[in-house]
Order: sequence, then structure tokens, then C-alpha cells
Amino acid sequence: MRRAPAILLVALLSILAAGCGGSSNKAANATGTTTGTSCKKDTLNLVNAGQLTVGTDNPAFPPWFGGPEKKAPWKVSNPYSREGYESAVTYAVASKLGFTNAEVKWIVVPFNTAFAPGPKKFDFDINQISYKPARAKAVDFSDSYYDVNQALVVVKGTPIASATSIAALKPYKFGAQLGTTSYDYITNNIKPAKKTAVFDTNDAAVASLKNKQIDGLVVDLPTAFYISAVQVPNGKILGQFPTVGTPEHFGMVFEKGNSLDRCVNDALSQLRTDGTLKRLQAKWLQADAPVLK
Amino acid sequence: MAGGEGRRGVTVALLSTVVFFTLLAVAITHAPGWPEVKRTFFNWDEFRASMPEISRAFLLNVKMFCIAEALILVLALLLAIVRSLPGPVFFPMRALGIAYADFFRGVPTILVIALLGFGAPALQLSWVPLSTTFWGIVALVLVYTAYVSEVYRAGIESVHRSQDAAARSLGLTHWQSLSRVVLPQAVRRVIPPLLNDFIGLQKDTALVGFLGSVEAFKQSQIDAAATFNYTPFVAAAVLFVALTIPLARFTDWLVLRDRRRRHATGT
Repeated sequence: MRRAPAILLVALLSILAAGCGGSSNKAANATGTTTGTSCKKDTLNLVNAGQLTVGTDNPAFPPWFGGPEKKAPWKVSNPYSREGYESAVTYAVASKLGFTNAEVKWIVVPFNTAFAPGPKKFDFDINQISYKPARAKAVDFSDSYYDVNQALVVVKGTPIASATSIAALKPYKFGAQLGTTSYDYITNNIKPAKKTAVFDTNDAAVASLKNKQIDGLVVDLPTAFYISAVQVPNGKILGQFPTVGTPEHFGMVFEKGNSLDRCVNDALSQLRTDGTLKRLQAKWLQADAPVLK
Repeated sequence: MAGGEGRRGVTVALLSTVVFFTLLAVAITHAPGWPEVKRTFFNWDEFRASMPEISRAFLLNVKMFCIAEALILVLALLLAIVRSLPGPVFFPMRALGIAYADFFRGVPTILVIALLGFGAPALQLSWVPLSTTFWGIVALVLVYTAYVSEVYRAGIESVHRSQDAAARSLGLTHWQSLSRVVLPQAVRRVIPPLLNDFIGLQKDTALVGFLGSVEAFKQSQIDAAATFNYTPFVAAAVLFVALTIPLARFTDWLVLRDRRRRHATGT
């Protein structure tokens, strides 16, 4: 009688262990079916058959996404609008893969969950995510759909607004969004005297800049145009930073080992060759700002 | 007979523990996602690479809760005293105290931090500090003062009314009775729950990272986002646990000592 609980415990755990073993077989089967070479819509390995499930963060901000806010749960912009650079590129890629516009489905994927281990809920995620070799160990990246430069947003009339060189930026306090290469740029190239503030979202960073809790906010250049024009009163782009080392690029993020990656790269390469990417960049992204030396 | 029972008890406990953890380990390591989980959460190289910087960032957590703890101890006691003021004259102060405790225990800590940290500097008043660490500490003090004042109040109410009556009959004033008779007994009784709240406070310093201050959790997020590997989270967790476990054991020891003392001097 006294041993009953112990025996029960052993039995319970054995069942648990057996259950886990069972699901490992299932996973092995699933990965075995991803060896198709064709990029036809029906042969692609998709999260939901017959539709392209694309992730991005909410709110989706201009100039990456545009359109009037109509479709819940999307705020600020509507990815379904095909307006804004990332939305436009996604629909161009989808069309090359044989999807109609109606077959593209958008889901909300916060930046931090885009690279969580395990199965993904999206076919790919497009959210201004920069390629880094260390990141490519956890997820697959597409080739570049945009080569990006970092830029500095400040508030007009503050001391930092009169700086003209990178060296003159050292005494100020900077902010960047968590996980962005903007943060890396501050730490590696500006090397400011004050500890850089790091925010979970760009919104929090913008609030901090408005409050003058930070002197300057480093973001990618197209985003800098939106922040300085719309989000920060008296905002101003002090300049863009020169590229240091390998040029930085944004890539779509795939689950590690996904066969869709190759097909999207084919599509991107066609869009690059026929000038579509360049045309879409000219339409949606401003990229003219003085370069800080 | 009793010795034999004890030995058997130890053997069963040992066996059961070994079986339990072996099966748990087998179940986890045979899960289909285990190699992936091991690579992303328990990567020794990542752990070693991220630990120094996270440890440095952790100093900010230590600094924040040291300052906050000192302030909370004093302010919460004041609040508890205000709430236990007798007589109808002090009703407005008691009501304010109750409203304060209700409000700050009800609002999620991260909201208080966000509202103060971004709201107060937005006033653009020259004398309002802009430092996010400052506002983080203020928010933690406001929230935890509400909790801790309740702990103090429970302590004060647990001291039998006859103690106060006896003190007053000896000619002590209300304040003398409170400060020399009631409070010393009350505070000693609530030391364990007080320390319990401080363990909570130590962990909640991680919430200040929301404002942009780079504390241990934020630093681990930075490292995790740079490599898409979550091992830095484990490194940060290890630091927090290393700090809270000694405090938890210390609390247990205090409770035990208090119980022994009371048994020794009781009746």
C-alpha cells in the first residue's frame, strides 16, 4: 500500500517517455517529404496548402507597409494593401511563385518570435530583419531584397543636431531597437561615451527621443524618413552612416531547412534582373540623405 | 525499530528521486525537438560568451533593488502606520492609504513603469529627471510600498490589543506605545514575508529594461537577438537565481530561529 505512489509515478513517467518517442517518428516523416525540386505552387512545402502565409510585426509601419488601416488586426498600415515596399515585394514574389493576391495571407509575428526554435507558423517572415551569419544558424535567410544603410534621427535645435561628423557624436546618448543592426552600429562604430538605451519596439525608442531621454535614434534609413517626418515633431535626419565592412541587407526569414527558401531566391533574382526591385524601391523608399563622415 | 524505519525511508526517497529524474531526463532528451532546444537554450559557448556582459548589466539590477529596498522599508512602514491611525479625525488619511494600496497593488508593475518612465519626462519640466533608471526605481518603490505596507499592517494587527492597553496604562503615549511596544513585535513577526516581497522585487527590476535601461534581462535579449540563440536568457536566469536562493534560504533560517526562540521563551 505504501509503495503505490512510487509505482504510480514510475508508470506515469514511462507513459510520458513513450509518448515523446512516438512524436519523434512523426517529425522524421515530415522532414522526409521536402525534397521536391520544382517551385510550382502545388509542390511547395507550405504551412497551409494553397496559400502563402507571410509574417510581419504589428503595427506594420511605412514605408515598409502602407495603405489605409482597414483590415483587423493590422494597425497603422495594412499589409494586404500591396502598398509599401515589403508588402509590394511580397506580392511580387508570390506572383512569381504562382500565387494570386488572394492566396497571400498575413499573420502577426513579433520580431522576437520570428526566430524562436521549433516549427514556424509562417512560410516566411518579412520584417526588416538583417542577415547575420550567427542568425543564419537558427533560421534560413533569403537573399537580399534590400541593401540597407543606418541613419541617425535627432530633434531639431538640440545640441546633437549641429554635429557634422561621426567623431562629434561620441558625447551623446543613443537609442536603438532591440535586435537591430542599428545597435551593433552604435556599439562598433560610433562608440559613444554613454550607455546605449535599447528598446523592445521602435515606438518606445521614438517616445524616448521625443522626451529627450536619448539624443539620437539610429534606425535604417527608410524608417528614419518615416520617424523624422511623422512620429517625432521637429525630427530631422542628421545623416546616414557609411557602410563598414560587408554591406548590410534585409532578408526574409524561413524555418531552418525549409525548401521554400530556394524558390523565393529564384523569384527575387528574377525581380532583381527585370528591374522590379529597383522600381519598387524608387516608388516606396526614400534614400537620399547626407553621409556622415 | 525507529532507526530501521528511518533507513528504509531514506532508501526509498533516494530510489524514487533517482528514478524520477532519470525518467524525466530520458523523456526530455528523447523529445523530437531536443537537439534544437539544446543548441538554442543550452549552448555552452554562447553561455560563456554572453556571461561577462550580462553580469556587468546585472550590477544595474543590484543597484536598483538596493536603493528601492531601503526606500520601501521606510515608506511602507509609514503607510502602514497611517492606515492604523485610530479615531475619526484621521479618516481622510486612512482612506488615502487604502486608495493608494488598492491602486498600486492592482496595476501591473510594467504599466506603472511604462507610464512613469515615458510619461513623467514627457512633461518637459526642467527639474523632472530624464533618467529611465530613476523612474524605474520610483515605479518599483510605488508598487512595492503598497505590498509591503500590507505586510507591516498584518504584523501590527497581529500584536494583541492588550499590549497597547498595558503600555498606555503605564503612562506611555500612543506614539510611544506604537514605537516601543507594538512595532518591535510586529516587525519581527513579518520579517519572513518582508523578505519574500524583496525576492519579488529583485526579479521585477528586470521590468525596468522596458524603458531602455540595459539591465541583465535586456542585455540577454540583445545577445539573443544578435545570434537568434536563447542561451543568454539562461545565463541571466542563473544570475537572478544565484541572488534570490541565498535570500530564500536566509528567510527559512530566520523563520526557524524565530520559532525556536518562541518555543524556548514561551510560557
